[in-house]
Amino acid sequence: MPELRFREGETFRLSMLIYDTRYRSMTFQVLALIGFLILVGWLVSNTAQNLKDLGKEPSFGFLLDPAGYDINQRLIDYNSQNVHLRAAFVGLLNTMLIAVMGCALATVLGVLIGVLRLSKNWLVSRIMTVYVEMFRNIPVLLWIVLVMAILIETLPAPRAFRGENPEATMKLFDTVAFTNRGVYVPEPLFSRSLGDVHLFGQSALNFSVSVDLVLIAAVLIAGLYVSGRIRHRADKIQEVTGNRPATWYLRLGVVAVPLLVVLVALGFHLGYPELKGFNFKGGTHMRNSLIALWLALSLYTAAFIAENVRAGIMAISHGQTEAAASLGLRPNRIMGLVVLPQALRVIIPPLISQYLNLTKNSSLAIAVGYMDITGTLMGITLNQTGRELETVLMGMLIYLSISLAISLVMNVYNERIKLVER
Amino acid sequence: MKKSLFFGMLATAGIAAGVAAAGTLDDVKARGKLNCGVSTGLVGFAAPDANGEWDGFDVVVCRAVAAAVLGDASAVEFVPTTGKTRFTALASGEVDMLARNTTWTFSRDVDLKFEFVGVNYYDGQGFMVPKELGVASAKDLDGSTVCIQTGTTTELNLADFFRANNISYEPVPIETNAEAQQQYLAGACDVYTTDASGLAATRAAFESPDDHVVLPEIISKEPLGPLVRHGDNEWGDVVRWTLNALVSAEELGITSANIGEMAAAAGNNPEINRLLGTEGDLGGMLGLDAQWAVRAISVGGNYGEVFEKNIGENTPIGLARGLNAQYTDGGLIYSPPFR
Repeated sequence: MPELRFREGETFRLSMLIYDTRYRSMTFQVLALIGFLILVGWLVSNTAQNLKDLGKEPSFGFLLDPAGYDINQRLIDYNSQNVHLRAAFVGLLNTMLIAVMGCALATVLGVLIGVLRLSKNWLVSRIMTVYVEMFRNIPVLLWIVLVMAILIETLPAPRAFRGENPEATMKLFDTVAFTNRGVYVPEPLFSRSLGDVHLFGQSALNFSVSVDLVLIAAVLIAGLYVSGRIRHRADKIQEVTGNRPATWYLRLGVVAVPLLVVLVALGFHLGYPELKGFNFKGGTHMRNSLIALWLALSLYTAAFIAENVRAGIMAISHGQTEAAASLGLRPNRIMGLVVLPQALRVIIPPLISQYLNLTKNSSLAIAVGYMDITGTLMGITLNQTGRELETVLMGMLIYLSISLAISLVMNVYNERIKLVER
Repeated sequence: MKKSLFFGMLATAGIAAGVAAAGTLDDVKARGKLNCGVSTGLVGFAAPDANGEWDGFDVVVCRAVAAAVLGDASAVEFVPTTGKTRFTALASGEVDMLARNTTWTFSRDVDLKFEFVGVNYYDGQGFMVPKELGVASAKDLDGSTVCIQTGTTTELNLADFFRANNISYEPVPIETNAEAQQQYLAGACDVYTTDASGLAATRAAFESPDDHVVLPEIISKEPLGPLVRHGDNEWGDVVRWTLNALVSAEELGITSANIGEMAAAAGNNPEINRLLGTEGDLGGMLGLDAQWAVRAISVGGNYGEVFEKNIGENTPIGLARGLNAQYTDGGLIYSPPFR
């Protein structure tokens, strides 16, 4: 910005706003800002006026009316008498579920494929190239529909499991049923359960958390932490003495023993799915809409992540690999200890946008009837109440919040692993 | 995409207001084409035939309105809409009218700001199941998986029916009739539920229709009819009385065979004369010419002929007239008088 200092005896005149280079750029910016605000104001007032003419003033009161429709996939209690707000909450949790599951699987697959694409094995690297090119050059909606069609058309219907000589049988020692309505797997049950904690009382957003699962998670995390400390100590001893004490039995013990104790104390057992009436009862039902969406989104995004990983690895100068090899490190170790840690700082920033893409792409869920936030709030609720503007604005706000939250978390992680220059 | 949707909505809201102000009737005349919202494909009601021409029970209503207003039954742009997109399409002015087996309900009429111009088919929600399941009543469906088109009244009726009977079910939400058909035939759901007429039409398209039964329970009232936007009464009148002209034609014995003769000169029946424009000026009151009803009826004949040709008992869909017979035959189809 130019110095706004007056020469001796000079006074400010209005024409200087245009003719004086010290002010000119500022003047134009202010004018542009005013123009932009007028445009936004016009759009908003025009919309408000038109909605008023249609007799549809914006109002969010519909959120507290009974929804009237049922949702098959729900992580919290819900029935058709609950309000639209709760239906939207069910959808939001479903969106977050698919986002977390998708990001996790896509990362694992992506890293694996990215590394394998650089393999010296000609066949492996070519197969991975074909995979990447196939998945990232075909729209994800087609993949979602294709996976769903395969699940529906190739797997047996539950009624095929019935009768003396059924056409289909349960797999894995009669514990898992693959049907064209989804996969039924055994569910964890606790005969001496500690019950649930109800949060947020009677409000539309209340939900319960199983104390058993929280306890198991806490014990597992504590065990892993102690195991980490043991490794840390072993590292120190190795640095001082050159001998590494054997710690695997200790590390296994601190994780496994407390976990087993807790599981036995809670009376852990598995509930198996069983064919009763029209459907399998018991067990956990992973609907094929969830599976199709999850697989398709993960496979699609993995192709992009694989390219990021490949780019990250190739950004590390080959000299480092050769230097490590000349120190006697094996190829696996070179990748794990030398190349990947440095490649991460190239990989993470584009990885963030892949996570965001996956989350936003999950809004295609309605194509397979998965009830995410787009299907509930911006789908059925919109349709039954006719509140297009309100529901879509809310939906946009929710996706924006989810995306910004993912960005924030990943940026913090990126801060931690990025190269510290001295 | 979200952003463009937002601005798109702002823009369509602006266009909608413009359309309402100008009057849909003048708009359609100026455009020379009627934009008519129909379903994405339901055999007998609205589906493109082998030559890509739209045909069906609902399509005839669109064509009749186009014939009455524009004098050309083919001056129609058919806009396929799903259960979810239809109301936005109509409210935003993308289509001038909807003829898409849409149920007339209080909230759609009052809260969504639409104008139902009448009922062209009295329907009710039913269930279809494969015969091999051996289900005789909808109350035996406890624990079943039900395919359902999302964004419809059937979704709400279904929830109410199962709750009232205290039985459980698993809904599988589906966007279009074609997808529902695929999932149902693959056994991904046990039951398909929609309006009974829709079930009959869907079943008719199956390879072996006899392997499937429609259960006796009809769990709701579904009066289906064409609708227009609230607040444009001139246009609403045109669509309403075009539909009534088809109904009255059947009652008065005007058919596609004898209409040319009847419209040529005034006859003995004054109501026929008024309808066909040989007496009085009903067309002028609507903002149309005297021959409007003649052209509308000539498209596919009177209501009864349209019914028999598209969905009647001699078609694969095979629906009986039932409630949809003329009031003189014990049905509910009744047109107010033309005078």
